[in-house]
Amino acid sequence: MTLDPGTTSPAAAPADASATRERLSPLDAVHRAAGASFTDFAGWQMPVRYSSDLAEHHAVRTTSGLFDLSHMGEIVLIGPESAAALDYALAGKLSAIEIGQAKYSLLLADDGGIIDDLVVYRTGDDRFMVVANASNAAVVADELRTRAAGFDTIVEDESDDIALIALQGPDARAVLLETPGFGVAGPGNDEEDFDASIAALKYYRAFPATFEGQPVLVARTGYTGEDGFELYVAPEHAPTLWAAIVETGGPRVTLCGLASRDTLRLEAGMPLYGHELGRDILPVQAGLGRVVAHAKEGEFIGRAATAEGPADDARVLVGLTTEGRRAPRADYEVYDGDGADAELVGVVTSGALSPTLGHPVAMAFVAPTAVEGGGLHVDVRGTRIAASVVALPFYKRQS
Amino acid sequence: MTDQTALQYTEEHEWVLVDGDTVTIGITDYAAEKLGDIVYVDLPGAGTAVTEGTVVGEIESTKSVGELFAPVNGEVVEANQAVVDSPELVNSDPFGEGWLLKITAPELPKLLSHDEYRALTGE
Repeated sequence: MTLDPGTTSPAAAPADASATRERLSPLDAVHRAAGASFTDFAGWQMPVRYSSDLAEHHAVRTTSGLFDLSHMGEIVLIGPESAAALDYALAGKLSAIEIGQAKYSLLLADDGGIIDDLVVYRTGDDRFMVVANASNAAVVADELRTRAAGFDTIVEDESDDIALIALQGPDARAVLLETPGFGVAGPGNDEEDFDASIAALKYYRAFPATFEGQPVLVARTGYTGEDGFELYVAPEHAPTLWAAIVETGGPRVTLCGLASRDTLRLEAGMPLYGHELGRDILPVQAGLGRVVAHAKEGEFIGRAATAEGPADDARVLVGLTTEGRRAPRADYEVYDGDGADAELVGVVTSGALSPTLGHPVAMAFVAPTAVEGGGLHVDVRGTRIAASVVALPFYKRQS
Repeated sequence: MTDQTALQYTEEHEWVLVDGDTVTIGITDYAAEKLGDIVYVDLPGAGTAVTEGTVVGEIESTKSVGELFAPVNGEVVEANQAVVDSPELVNSDPFGEGWLLKITAPELPKLLSHDEYRALTGE
């Protein structure tokens, strides 16, 4: 049978970063000891799964899952005009967010195409942290440097100095509260203050904490469709923090790889760069028109092109469901019928048999007239399978 | 417990158990591990003539799709319905309950020994 060449077995020798140019997470040794299988992701050797994709997926929906996301890029802006620089550089109005707030945003090209999607944290009056996809981190850092050139701010790519651990799922909060060693940054620095800060932490907010005296940015953000936390910490302290959460959580914490992260975000209808987002896609096509702040004052890159918008017949992102178990997958073609005269009207960007829902789900770019016309079919390796257009997300957590 | 050293193998990570002129085939633990959780198996029905090296079925995991090749020339006598109903058997017991097809094969092509196959996968 054929195999995806991207996956290496757990028994494979540890990658030699100097020989292969593959980058290793600061948690690499921890993952190997835990028996992870690895995949190459944007030049990084990252865990694709520890035991079972499905078990990891279900754990995040029912208890909690722990992810290593240290491959993500973190670019920091420091200086009095950081907010103004980001208002010019990005699609959103970042000057409007408060200290401790996070915002989803986009880095656009002049033609309105999406260079990357980002989460921006305001960590101070004059400072922000921009979190970029691993594959785009260098490009984002370069673009931000260029775009911020006329502003009084310094742009630093701190990706190598920041590890990222995500704890996601309904038990994430309880486990985090029980994990010993946390405090809040500042003079008090005790666990009670930490517990109070967690209790008060709203979605898409973050606060500076400490773990065993070392700085950790604790954010209530994620990419799974569940409540959860993302912890930004120096690489040398990441293994201790990881181990403490694993030990505290016991059976409530399952180690999760990138395979489950992909099915989780797909169920939650969240776009992935390179699939639903790209240089040839305008935000509005991907359902992200609201991310572009046309009401904000001043010029920003991509304003004119996004104001004009794409052609009327430009394909739009939709959710599709099918019956049975054969999932439409990325790059499969979408037709407006199952007959020989059916026209090619779109292409699948992501798809899988939804572990939570039990039927296939997919996202696809489809011509707007065909979306309205209905009768869509996906060509699944030679077989046309009827697909229904549904609103995103496919899965929404209770409460 | 299947004796893996008694099986023959292909470079496409399939195993072949010879019993007279009938062979039983499946995918190896190595292949099952690489695919991840298998959620769908498509197999040809009994009576289907198969040609060595051609695609006869599909094995789909949450993450990817693998094609099943016929390791021999012959005719399918049985497809494992248990695996179609419960694809996870391929993960839990790839050399046993997770078998895929029984094929009548009067002649066998050159296949790999257990040692040769393990050398191929580096395990």
